[in-house]
Amino acid sequence: MNTSNNLLYLILIPLLSSAILLLLGRKIDRYGHLIGTLASACSFVIAVVEFFAMKSRDVTQRAVTQKLFEWISVGDFKVDATLLLDQLSICFVLLITGVGTLIHIYSIAYMSHDRDRRRFFAYLNLFIAAMLLLVLGDSYLNLYVGWEGVGLASYLLIGFWNQKPEYATAAKKAFVANRIGDFGLSIAVMLMFANFGTVTFSGVANHAESASRSALTAIGLMLLLAACGKSAQFPLQSWLGDAMAGPTPVSALIHAATMVTAGVYLIARSNFIFDVAPTAQMMVMIIGAITLLFGAIVGMAKDDIKKALAASTMSQIGYMILATGLGPVGYAFAIMHLLTHGFFKAGMFLGAGSVMHGMHDEVNMRKYGGIGKFMPLTFVTFGLGYLAIIGVPPFAGFYSKDKIIETALNHEGSAGLIFGSLALIGAAITAFYMSRVMLMTFFGNERWTNRADEPHEAPFLMAAPMVVLALGSICTGFLFTRGESLVNWLRPVVNPAGEQHLVEHYSATSISIAAITAVLIGVAFAAIKYLKQVPNIAPDNVSVFTKFARKDLLQDEFNNAVLVKPGQSLVKTLLNFDYIVIDGLVRLVGALSLDAGQTLRKLQTGYVRSYALLMILGVTALIFTIWLVTL
Amino acid sequence: MLTTPSFEYLLLSPMLIILAAAVIGVLAEAFLDRNHLPVIQLFISVGAILLALIQIYRIKSSSSTSAAIGSVVIDKATIYLQGTILIIGLLALLLISDQEQFVAQASAIPGSREEQESTSKGSIQTEIYPLLSFALAGMMLFTCASDLITLFVALEVFSLPLYLLAGLSRRRRLLSQEAALKYFLLGAYSSAFFLFGAAFLYGISGSVYLVDISSAVSGGYGNDVFVLIGLIFISVGLLFKISAVPFHAWTPDVYQGAPTSVTAFMAAATKVAAFGAILRIFYVVFSPIANQWRPIISVIAIITMVFGSAVAIAQRDVKRMLAYSSIAHAGFILTAVLALNKSGLSAALFYLTTYGLSTLAAFGIITLIRDATGEVTDLNKWAGLGKKSPLIAGSFAFLLLSFAGIPLTSGFIGKFAIFSAAYETGNIAVVVFGVLSSALAAFFYIRVILLMFVAQSQNDSISIAIPSVKSRIAIGATTAATVILGLFPSLLLNITQSFSIFIK
Repeated sequence: MNTSNNLLYLILIPLLSSAILLLLGRKIDRYGHLIGTLASACSFVIAVVEFFAMKSRDVTQRAVTQKLFEWISVGDFKVDATLLLDQLSICFVLLITGVGTLIHIYSIAYMSHDRDRRRFFAYLNLFIAAMLLLVLGDSYLNLYVGWEGVGLASYLLIGFWNQKPEYATAAKKAFVANRIGDFGLSIAVMLMFANFGTVTFSGVANHAESASRSALTAIGLMLLLAACGKSAQFPLQSWLGDAMAGPTPVSALIHAATMVTAGVYLIARSNFIFDVAPTAQMMVMIIGAITLLFGAIVGMAKDDIKKALAASTMSQIGYMILATGLGPVGYAFAIMHLLTHGFFKAGMFLGAGSVMHGMHDEVNMRKYGGIGKFMPLTFVTFGLGYLAIIGVPPFAGFYSKDKIIETALNHEGSAGLIFGSLALIGAAITAFYMSRVMLMTFFGNERWTNRADEPHEAPFLMAAPMVVLALGSICTGFLFTRGESLVNWLRPVVNPAGEQHLVEHYSATSISIAAITAVLIGVAFAAIKYLKQVPNIAPDNVSVFTKFARKDLLQDEFNNAVLVKPGQSLVKTLLNFDYIVIDGLVRLVGALSLDAGQTLRKLQTGYVRSYALLMILGVTALIFTIWLVTL
Repeated sequence: MLTTPSFEYLLLSPMLIILAAAVIGVLAEAFLDRNHLPVIQLFISVGAILLALIQIYRIKSSSSTSAAIGSVVIDKATIYLQGTILIIGLLALLLISDQEQFVAQASAIPGSREEQESTSKGSIQTEIYPLLSFALAGMMLFTCASDLITLFVALEVFSLPLYLLAGLSRRRRLLSQEAALKYFLLGAYSSAFFLFGAAFLYGISGSVYLVDISSAVSGGYGNDVFVLIGLIFISVGLLFKISAVPFHAWTPDVYQGAPTSVTAFMAAATKVAAFGAILRIFYVVFSPIANQWRPIISVIAIITMVFGSAVAIAQRDVKRMLAYSSIAHAGFILTAVLALNKSGLSAALFYLTTYGLSTLAAFGIITLIRDATGEVTDLNKWAGLGKKSPLIAGSFAFLLLSFAGIPLTSGFIGKFAIFSAAYETGNIAVVVFGVLSSALAAFFYIRVILLMFVAQSQNDSISIAIPSVKSRIAIGATTAATVILGLFPSLLLNITQSFSIFIK
């Protein structure tokens, strides 16, 4: 395999920048944000150079590695800190650094009134470095380091305004939910080591064929648990809505475009495990399908624009997870949707940020209305993202979502039909709730109360990234599907055998027509309901269904009853046990040793004669022992 | 017909350089101006050590049994041990050169007017430097001596200067002198055992050379009771130096009485040298009859570990506590002697180095904690130190964690290496006791940490001296080594593995 010397710099530059921003502190408040943005841009430039270099190489020669150092060497267990840039990771590297840089630029303006802007950029840089490490590691252990790193960065950024207790709580919630997933990943790593003796991707791939079915299933399920935590999938989804406490650029970068998609990366990267562990793969599909509906339903009832978008993110990642569960054919489409989603969802979050910026940080859509004519640029860029996410041709989301629905429907067995139909229903609901967001925000009657100052358009530094991302929402889908370019690009990594569907149950055209019909139905319902006057206070006389959806389908209550309460009483019991039994034992041993010490101490009389006597006694005892031994 | 004895001077040069420096130091004492002596002596000693280290580096891959007509054997392990001793000596020298802890004029009677006069005049006992050089040279010779006579001579060459150095404390002079006298009396006593043992071995083999004794042991005399008695008596002399129980009694008194920087040197370097000789004798000479002596050494190792850890708990004086801790550590390292294989030797070398460096750092820090009457070693007065100087207290806490063998410190890696080597060879009982007494030891180390950081400070008289640049280098380097070797142990483990070779 080829080696490269530049991969390290991808990670090192933002990492160093982060360290500089944190260590130099307030001294560099005036230009800290520029350092951060520059660091991210440098990584992006390196990524682009590496991409073209990779593209110019022969298909079999594309992956490059860089060994940094020997990390762990214990007996037979050897792990090197090695970076691996292949066709899959370059997609992520470009997305992370590209969208990351745009969001850095956006944040310069968005955070300009915040006195801690430098610290914000330090955390953003830290995130970029950790996320790059996550996708560049050549082993599960290296990935794990990045995985924890992004968790930390996410925690720091959600709680960035930690002077508000509920924001700090949201950060904690995200961290705890992620820990559960991380636990899954660490168990998966241990299982791999126990079963295969290696944790590198290539090593595990080599052993996966011959490994026992049960071990593979266990590893697959643990990896899925990890993905559920990081990607806010059922049943670990509850943190994402609260994570919107973080500044909006963070929601755009971490909780829409990149970090939350790490679960998709993990499963796509572990294709060699899931392809030979059908049970785990089935679970992946089920989780994906549940989450895509769950998120969509919750999205219908949210009045907070960011929470509505968060629910939508959850749902879209559900699509991706579903696609990864569809086997070798599905991975590439999962990644495709991930990339297009990275553009349009980040774009919409930035748009939402722009609206909030113009509306004095108001997030309740019932206080919006008719903003389109005050913020034309935000309206257009957000609108393009909207068209992309609901899947209107020829925008990006149409291609990628359509491919997932198509692959699901053509999946063998009845599972294909079920999951395909669910995905179609999800598409209709998506169209409904996104139209709802669009209509409540930009159309209809003006419902904001403070008439004194009208909403104002975003400044240039915020507008420019929105425009670039909107362009991405328009054309990426077309670019990725033209000549199956992305599928062919990713094939050596995610589908080396080149598998395809044996039978096409439904033709591509008919599926596209079905999907577009679903979208139209969703849009129509939304138009009927929300083109009229929207009350500026959420009505109470709503159906039970809506009430449930407003409360996130009772996910917090469920967690409380099933996990938190039993957990707390377990902890109390353990604490008592610990205090009485374990601590008691320790205290007893401590007291006994202290007594023993006090007693033995009396041997130390201070008289040379008694020391010498002690020595003589010792020698005598030794000779006596040797006499016994040789007897 | 007499043949001219042949010497391989290059291989002997590290020792010769240090010896020469010691002699030059004595001459300098006699002839040079007293006002310049401190600088000159320091310069001579440091220069000699650096020069010797360069020579060590140059001969790092040599080996020879005939470097000094068979009395000295230079092999990989020797070179490693000598290098370690020199480095410890260098760092200890930096601590010692802060003359503040030493008596102005050793010959003055404690409390006399003469003493007060010389103290107020600012006189300095610069003989410390040549004494230290003699001790260093003796220790180096001790690790490579391959006949019993040379071994004995080396033992005395490094012991006598240490007896003297122990008595040179500026404060609490009576305690210091008492310590020196005790050390001398008991040292002489143990030397007698050593010589007696040597006589027995000579009687069996007709030779004082280790190689001849070794062939006698493996050639049928192995079960002879005289061999075993000789072995025990020789061991007593050596076990005394490493302060194994029940030959440890001098340790707390001497560690407490001696000037702290001398204690640092004794604790670190003497252990390396004495263990060097013990390892050589047991690995090279007595390994064929391991079944006979393993039970004894196992019992001594176990008693030493448990006793050292248990009594340390009851200590109220930080220097005495570290003395008992060093007794416990001697037990841990003895475990590696039992392993009798390459990984045991490598583990022992690693442990000696890291323990030596951490010990230097710990005693170095003790020299900084003072009040109006000098160093404060009463643990109760250390309460609240963490608030006063988080850096110093934090470093000390880290060193204690390393002594306790908590992961991410070099102490953990050392213990792990030693116990796993012993476990490989089936000494499970010793390993179990070792791990248990490590846990026991953690109790008193962590108690000190709690004391520094949690307990309320009782009085405010205690202060932290601003360390001189030399002390700063010594403490900083040794603490840093404890951190780095805990995080990246392979840096040193690779070296100890390739240097763990004894030749006959």
